[in-house]
Amino acid sequence: MGLATLYLSLIVLIPLAAVAAKAFSGGLGLVWDSVAHGVALASLEVTVVAALVVAAAGAAMGTLVAWVLVRDEFPGKRLLNALIDLPFALPTIVAGLTLLVLYGPGSPLGVNIVFTRAIVVVALLFVTLPFVVRSVQPVLLELDRETEEAAASLGASNATILRRVVLPTLRPAILSGASLAFARSVGEIGSLVLIAGKVPIASIVIYADVENDATQSAAALSIVLLAISLVIIFALRRYGRTQLVH
Amino acid sequence: MSISRRTTWSLRTAALVYLAMLLLLPLAVVFGRTFEHGIASAWSWVTTPAAVSALWLTVTVALIAVPLNTIFGVGCALVLVRGRGRLRALLDAFIDLPFAVSPVIVGLALILVYGQAGWLGSWFAGHGIQIIYAPAGMVLATIFVSLPFVVREVAPVLVEVGDEQERAAATLGASSWQTFRRVTLPQIRWGVAYGVVLTTARALGEIGAVLVVSSNVAGFTQTLPLLVYARADQPGASAATGTYAAATELAILSLAVLLLMTLLSPRKARR
Repeated sequence: MGLATLYLSLIVLIPLAAVAAKAFSGGLGLVWDSVAHGVALASLEVTVVAALVVAAAGAAMGTLVAWVLVRDEFPGKRLLNALIDLPFALPTIVAGLTLLVLYGPGSPLGVNIVFTRAIVVVALLFVTLPFVVRSVQPVLLELDRETEEAAASLGASNATILRRVVLPTLRPAILSGASLAFARSVGEIGSLVLIAGKVPIASIVIYADVENDATQSAAALSIVLLAISLVIIFALRRYGRTQLVH
Repeated sequence: MSISRRTTWSLRTAALVYLAMLLLLPLAVVFGRTFEHGIASAWSWVTTPAAVSALWLTVTVALIAVPLNTIFGVGCALVLVRGRGRLRALLDAFIDLPFAVSPVIVGLALILVYGQAGWLGSWFAGHGIQIIYAPAGMVLATIFVSLPFVVREVAPVLVEVGDEQERAAATLGASSWQTFRRVTLPQIRWGVAYGVVLTTARALGEIGAVLVVSSNVAGFTQTLPLLVYARADQPGASAATGTYAAATELAILSLAVLLLMTLLSPRKARR
């Protein structure tokens, strides 16, 4: 078991400690100086806003897809269900390339949104699709339909049932899926390198810094990015849990 | 809730259109472009020396990272579910960390420790071992990003099956290794298998962390995802076919993984 600790330490903990040490090697002031201006700041803004949009839109569409997969019956449903895992199986660089072909110059659809924030959001929706669907689906399957029927027999409209009965039960699952999608979006690079162009993306800025031997500023941006995703994960999970208690 | 036919249809249409635009259409277009100039042309692009060596490096890295993470993952899940004490608390706090860390940060972290000027890297360099910008670093990066999958899949199964049978085996005089091999392992095998599939998928497709610690030299440190990236950066129509061909090769590998996932998940549920 000591071996497991050694494995985790050598591969995960010591390297992450090295990033923190590097970031804070010049004091807090230097972290601030490397992050709070220019492309680093712009990339943080773009990345966090895009991740929030993706978490929100992904939560809505993911819940809708999960609903259709659980409550609806149509031919090809099992195939569709299997396809949901595709973004986890497909290498992200391939995902980026496919979006470049479909939504880039010479697009068969006639839309060219490549090198814009819009395509960044589409790519992140692609790679994070399974998170919300796969966390909502099992809860929806277990959901007691009698409560819904009781509400209906007491005269509640579908909208009321959805708002007062179904969504409160699903909320922890939706939020936990959305928090995973957010964390993944904040750190994503593979699907974005080909399509982001000049849109500043935090992970691409860090990569460029590393390539230019600017490890201190790379480490500073890394620490801020890591802090943001950890805070969001914990906040959403905690909110999800409180909702569960009530 | 009794939902009208019209609502059902519009919800279904919304879900199907969303998934088609996001998943199916883009993939279909890349497949189409790959075979635009015929199968022979696509085939010649995936059999160049650089492409063949990229395929082998990708498979080799996965063959090292996946077994190591499987052993660690099963052990770790056992400690998390059955163990107690300080080690359990440590694992519980840190095991999900690789999912919260950007792959690029993983690469940077490994450079800071195992690079030429790194904490441990200078010692390795003194012994003539290069880790960063060499395949060893790419293996470390792959292990890092795919670490939690097996633990995540096995831990809930361990909770569900409980430890009664394990205790019974121990009472009957089985050693802890015998108990593990004859009682625990058969109970968790589908969970392990599913975790291995997820780990493999991630290991085959990883680019972010590997990109940072690799020199991306064809024939030496270029995996298939890096080959796609390198070819996509080259201008010209023939390089484009090469990019699509390599991407299709990767996509076919991952579709095989997806097929395994689909076949395994009902078994996992039934166990």
